Amino acid sequence: MDITEIDKATLINLYSVISRIRKVQLRIEELYHQDNMKTPVHLCLGQEAIAATICENLTKQDYVFSNHRGHGHYLAKGGDLNAMIAELHCKETGCSKGRGGSMHLIDLSVGLMGSSSIVSGGIPLAVGVAFSSACKKDGLISVVFFGDAASEEGVLHESMNFAAVKKLPVLFVCENNFYSVFSHQTTRQLVTDITARPKAFGIPTYKADGRDVIDAYLKSKQAIEVVRGGQGPAFIECKAYRWRGHAGAGDELKDKYRKLDEWDEWMNCCPLQKYETLLLDNNILTDKIIDTVNSQIDVEINKAFDFANESPLPRKDELEKYLYG
Amino acid sequence: MPWTKFLIDKTEPGFDEHADQEDRKLTFSEAMREGLDQSLARDENVYVMGQGVDDPSGMFGITVDLHKQYGSERVFDTPLSENGLTGIAVGSAIAGMRPVYLHNRPDFLMLAMDQIINHAAKWSYMFGGQSTVPLVIMAVIGRGWGSAAQHSQSLHGLFMHIPGLRLVMPSTAYDAKGLLTASIADNNPVIFIMHRWLFKHSSFVPEELYSIPLGKGVVRRKGKDVTIVAISYMVIEAMRAAEELEKDGYDVEIIDSRTLLPLDEEIILDSIKKTGRLIVADTDWVTAGASAEISAMVADKGFEYLKMPIKRVGWPNSHVPGSYVLEEAFYPGVDDIVSSVKEIVK
Repeated sequence: MDITEIDKATLINLYSVISRIRKVQLRIEELYHQDNMKTPVHLCLGQEAIAATICENLTKQDYVFSNHRGHGHYLAKGGDLNAMIAELHCKETGCSKGRGGSMHLIDLSVGLMGSSSIVSGGIPLAVGVAFSSACKKDGLISVVFFGDAASEEGVLHESMNFAAVKKLPVLFVCENNFYSVFSHQTTRQLVTDITARPKAFGIPTYKADGRDVIDAYLKSKQAIEVVRGGQGPAFIECKAYRWRGHAGAGDELKDKYRKLDEWDEWMNCCPLQKYETLLLDNNILTDKIIDTVNSQIDVEINKAFDFANESPLPRKDELEKYLYG
Repeated sequence: MPWTKFLIDKTEPGFDEHADQEDRKLTFSEAMREGLDQSLARDENVYVMGQGVDDPSGMFGITVDLHKQYGSERVFDTPLSENGLTGIAVGSAIAGMRPVYLHNRPDFLMLAMDQIINHAAKWSYMFGGQSTVPLVIMAVIGRGWGSAAQHSQSLHGLFMHIPGLRLVMPSTAYDAKGLLTASIADNNPVIFIMHRWLFKHSSFVPEELYSIPLGKGVVRRKGKDVTIVAISYMVIEAMRAAEELEKDGYDVEIIDSRTLLPLDEEIILDSIKKTGRLIVADTDWVTAGASAEISAMVADKGFEYLKMPIKRVGWPNSHVPGSYVLEEAFYPGVDDIVSSVKEIVK
């Protein structure tokens, strides 16, 4: 995989998106102890490049379904930052009007269709949207992000089978971060090559290194080209490491369930740092541009938290609003 | 105005106006088929799927040959993946389609509870009303011929518990078509449960597409001694019981709830104001079921009208048996309704 295969504007945009997700996650973590964000956050630190590289290959209209660990998907697809931070603060101005919280982000204006916090729950929804696209022949594709544990759920298999038999334009994106809460993949699965499952349904599969932006971008591109070509679904497994605990800030118990050598290996390979070095070495970015990009992101994040703090809470007399559409 | 609004706003004709309409009687299943046919014709976003919808028997006649009319892209058989297919229907509904997903039995809906309860019912609420799920899920309650514990359940009590769902249980051919139209036009997930034993019943069914508003019960028979709120097939049993009771001088009022979510509380309370007595007849277990909910609602909002304790006629706390002898012991019917009436009307 070669950096020269990607144009400069794309490379710079990817840097900006990944850095922005990183910074938003770190700010949430930094302020979480203040208890102003009264919602269980599932940080995607360490996994940012997967959301960024997949979404970089999508159009604004293409559909994305996310999951409980969805901040990165929302931001990479172009979701409004103010509305996301307000949602984390349980405010009426939140992207889900304070009814969803951190695990239920949505921004229909950019095709971010919603997020389910039932592991694997969004998978058939994405296939259903792809079915709709196939009926309407609108040329759009549908993407669903899920984790390694979702491959243990029957509904993934049901959904892959239907998508394959109907040749639907859907991309299954498995972010394998090895952990389901405290349980390592090897305690849950005998066959740890997750792509063995889609292969059984005749679905073309791809594997990407979620720490390597170039690899993840180019593999995503290949997979998405297949889906867009109308030949049916594709499946990509991207490996990355969950830097934090399952939920909340930090990972206090990490020594009790992770292996030290595994931890060292993955934590010493930061996707953002690795990418930044690569861009500097190839004269794509300079230190000055990096500073400018990052300080703009900081300003934007400050504004988003101000917006959230100043926003009104939902009204108690509107408890039952939105139950029916 | 979009057709979905137009149809809902149309005023329904009263049930009693149909008694003289002899010219156009359809069976329940013919009415359902006609409603599906006309809904498919009206809106290309409507599609029909389910196990066997394109087979020669066409889901008890409901879908027969629709795939020939509308093509296999809009009327199609599905793999046996109830949860996955429900989610796929939900996803397509989010994207603007109006899926109708048919199941042979409510028992099979148990495989799809995650997508029905955790997703379909909550999608509008969780996202502040930005996204809606116009989806109809149908199932047919089985009964008899040894169908036994896993092919005879009604299970609507489970769905009545869930905010965000609609729950529809028609008892006549006229209602079946009108409520089907309203269900397809509704922007929310609708659980539409039919009883197999109603399929041969016929009533007047207008040829044009019409809609009966969800949440409007109907008085099937006027009376002053006792109110029977009957659900689905129990309407038939209640009507038979009322005829029998009339011979002994009992004047029974029968209300067909038609839909349980929303429930027409007003029509029930208005009737009890007059009769002071309530029997709820259901095709489901009485424990924590629709009959319990309706009884509790009346105890809560209409206690002052009640002259006697509320009685419920529904399933005993046992599973549906296979043997016909035990079936006879299990299913409540005319006799149970008659004895309940005689118990509270002195």
